[in-house]
Amino acid sequence: MVQNRPILDLVSHLVLIIGILIVALPIWITFVAATHDPLRMTQAPIPLLPGSYFWENFVTTLFGKGLSGAETAPVWRMLFNSLSMAMMIAIGKIAISLLSAFAIVYFKFPFRMGFFWLIFITLMLPVEVRILPTFEVVANLGMLNSYWGLSVPLIASATATFMFRQVFLTIPDEMLESSRIDGAKPLRFFWDILIPLSRTNIAALFVILFIYGWNQYLWPLLITTNSDMTTIVMSIKQMLESAEQQPEWNIIMMTALLAMIPPVFVVIAMQKLFVQGLTETDK
Amino acid sequence: MATIKLENLIKTYGDVEVLHNLNGNIKDGEIVVVVGPSGCGKSTLLRMIAGLEKITSGEISIGAKIVNDLEPADRDIAMVFQNYALYPHMSVRQNMGYGLKIRKIRKQEIERRVQEAAEILGISEYLDRKPRQLSGGQRQRVAMGRAIVRDPQVFLFDEPLSNLDAKLRVQMRLEIRKLQKRLNVTSIYVTHDQVEAMTLGDRLMVLNDGVVEQFGTPIELYDNPETIFVAGFIGSPSMNFIPAEVTTKGISLCNGKKLKKNIKYKGKISIGIRPEHLEEDKNGNINIVTQMVEQLGSNSLLHGTLQDTDIEIVASMPGHITAEAGSMVSFSAKETNIHVFNPITGKRLG
Repeated sequence: MVQNRPILDLVSHLVLIIGILIVALPIWITFVAATHDPLRMTQAPIPLLPGSYFWENFVTTLFGKGLSGAETAPVWRMLFNSLSMAMMIAIGKIAISLLSAFAIVYFKFPFRMGFFWLIFITLMLPVEVRILPTFEVVANLGMLNSYWGLSVPLIASATATFMFRQVFLTIPDEMLESSRIDGAKPLRFFWDILIPLSRTNIAALFVILFIYGWNQYLWPLLITTNSDMTTIVMSIKQMLESAEQQPEWNIIMMTALLAMIPPVFVVIAMQKLFVQGLTETDK
Repeated sequence: MATIKLENLIKTYGDVEVLHNLNGNIKDGEIVVVVGPSGCGKSTLLRMIAGLEKITSGEISIGAKIVNDLEPADRDIAMVFQNYALYPHMSVRQNMGYGLKIRKIRKQEIERRVQEAAEILGISEYLDRKPRQLSGGQRQRVAMGRAIVRDPQVFLFDEPLSNLDAKLRVQMRLEIRKLQKRLNVTSIYVTHDQVEAMTLGDRLMVLNDGVVEQFGTPIELYDNPETIFVAGFIGSPSMNFIPAEVTTKGISLCNGKKLKKNIKYKGKISIGIRPEHLEEDKNGNINIVTQMVEQLGSNSLLHGTLQDTDIEIVASMPGHITAEAGSMVSFSAKETNIHVFNPITGKRLG
């Protein structure tokens, strides 16, 4: 705002602060809940100030058995599972869609547009619609309870292919011609020119896909039966339902807190590239 | 260094033929400018020589080798693009060395050649910058540097100066010319700007609608244009054309006035006279009704119409002149400066 209007400034700041409070409150409560002992969490009213059990809860949650009585894996194991799945999905999706967009934009082959539309049409089918046949295939391949089973069915991505196609179309033809005169073969051009030029888009997509992978719920729930393979997102839900006792809010909230950290870290680390990738038009 | 031979080149896109049976020989170390209006096929021709467009029929040889089926990289050429086509993520140094790196030339050798080219072009200080940190003129130099380091047999230029401002264009034009003479590399330069073509080319190939109208030195084209198109295209302001007829009594202009010139042809003709060849002459037969005068400083341009007609004529006169709108000025022209064309075929008659 260029004008100097103190009342307007005050009001808009007020609105923004209220907005932040509304958004931040649940996270604050999560944090507070993770710092009390289980007993305190069962008493009303729920505490609004942090307690002194943070470290204790942290160690029990991360390395202990998790909930007492329930047979879950330690949370570090779930974090590792989630991380592996999210990374495999994000990197796999990016690698495959980069290559397919490269093929569709730069090569002439029979039914090129046909293939493009085939890929495009899959956008119209959400994972849930094809979940049964996918499960059947994965089960027959013996990929239940494995990282491959968690990630491979989610890797093919029409959205990313489509996005990279648009990115490649904005790169001027002269870039290709000039590299042909320089003697670059197609894969060399892909590696030396296309990838660096789509760097920011790759970063932006990585952020989105990592969070997409991290937040997968239904699919991991279906194909993992072994508690060693559970992911953190599904385990939070399981913790609420497990055992016939009071939910141990301090542990559950600590788990939720831990589950938030990797996506937040990815967003913060890639923020600059992420914004560039979504806004940059200059090639 | 090499000669380039174009034989019966034809290029079609679908059913549309854009180059019709094009021939030409380019000598070793020569710079040939291909010039013509937009859409005449000049860029297509250049891209065919570069190997970026397929040749429908005909042959292109560079040196003694027919290059029709060779990849651009194997033709030993370097090309400078209109928008420079520098790789935005690479430094100037990497941009210039990229072609050599792909050819697996040793690092020290690449570095030596890049340094050498950078010195020739005066861009040594910018070697570690990215293209977007450079001005248009500097980017242009880098694009040329990328061509030079490869030490190719042929340079191809595709309107390299059209993105620069007017002053820089004049300067770069001279530099390209000097550089080309110094390196003595056979070059083909495409432009739509006839002034650029005249100043830069050892020879000019004037293209119109996919046909070579004339291929010769700038002076040949200026003094003896083979067709009406070349006559109108070369020279600025462009040549005046007046319909006329040759009868047994000599040439009579369309307003009835006589003009002296020896010519064997009988029938309708088109007379061409350059603005700078119209000389003010009280007894002259070319009478122009003034419309306006443009003062250019060193000379003045008188715009008007031929008496009793609405044919527009421009005359370039030395110094400053004053002429009222509506007043009549008479001109004559030397016989050698009067060009005669067949108005139907457009071919030169004398």
